[in-house]
Amino acid sequence: MLVDYVIWIFLGIGLTFNTLGVIGLLRFPDVYTRLHAATKATTFGSIFTSLAVVVLSFWKYLAVQYTAGLSMGVHTIIAIMCLLLTNPVGAHAIARAAHRSGVKPKVAVVDRLEEVGK
Amino acid sequence: MLAFIVTTMFAFVAYLALTAGSGDILGLWSMEEIVAGIFLSVLVGAISRNYLCRSRNYRMLNPIRWLLFIAYLIGPFFIAMARANLDVAYRVITGKIRPGIVKIDPDLKTDFGVTFLANSITLTPGTLSVDVDEENNLYVHWINIPEGDEKMAVAPIEKVCSSFPKWARRVAE
Repeated sequence: MLVDYVIWIFLGIGLTFNTLGVIGLLRFPDVYTRLHAATKATTFGSIFTSLAVVVLSFWKYLAVQYTAGLSMGVHTIIAIMCLLLTNPVGAHAIARAAHRSGVKPKVAVVDRLEEVGK
Repeated sequence: MLAFIVTTMFAFVAYLALTAGSGDILGLWSMEEIVAGIFLSVLVGAISRNYLCRSRNYRMLNPIRWLLFIAYLIGPFFIAMARANLDVAYRVITGKIRPGIVKIDPDLKTDFGVTFLANSITLTPGTLSVDVDEENNLYVHWINIPEGDEKMAVAPIEKVCSSFPKWARRVAE
């Protein structure tokens, strides 16, 4: 089935990016660069794993009239929207809190925020 | 009054989305869910109207802004996000980074516009918003600063976040 392949591809992309996010978390030197890996890669990866759920549930709804599939798909879309909203806000809060509590970037060529003395 | 209506409609749409697939009305909802939804959303609207519409500015009710927002999400934003992830993947594997915190001046006036831009910046290539000051200048952690750009007081906005400030102005202001 074509739909099965689409789901496998979405899951593959999602897991690849989530894995890269974890590797980045271990490899990068300080909190800010780690946040890059932790927010971007995991948001993108989780969106694709969720899209696989959406495709599966809508396909089940359309093909075999499985009504619980519709509600599962809509709920997953709402989860994706919340993920897109809350993930950058959380990263922003962590980065700001880290900077205010004195955790400076380890390898930085410039730090304008430290210069204004917040 | 308008704040109450807007909050009630918003809550009702959210309730309908969460209960889709429960019955036969329009093929999606059952009568019980719709009655319960109307009751609960009127209650929610009465209690929380002053929180959702705190600024008393209803420019976001304009449907053109919603269409622009959706066009932005599936067009430039999704492409930039895919590029961001390939970029992060490249940096994770090679370890080539040249990070620093730069200041940009997006020239936005409203809180919603700044939130919109800061979230977009965090999710797109090589940048992460760290702080914002009173004049709505953003401090952005940039993972790979091009040679020479770290000497400028205000970083070139086109390089940090391409066309996002324009979209933020179109959608949110």
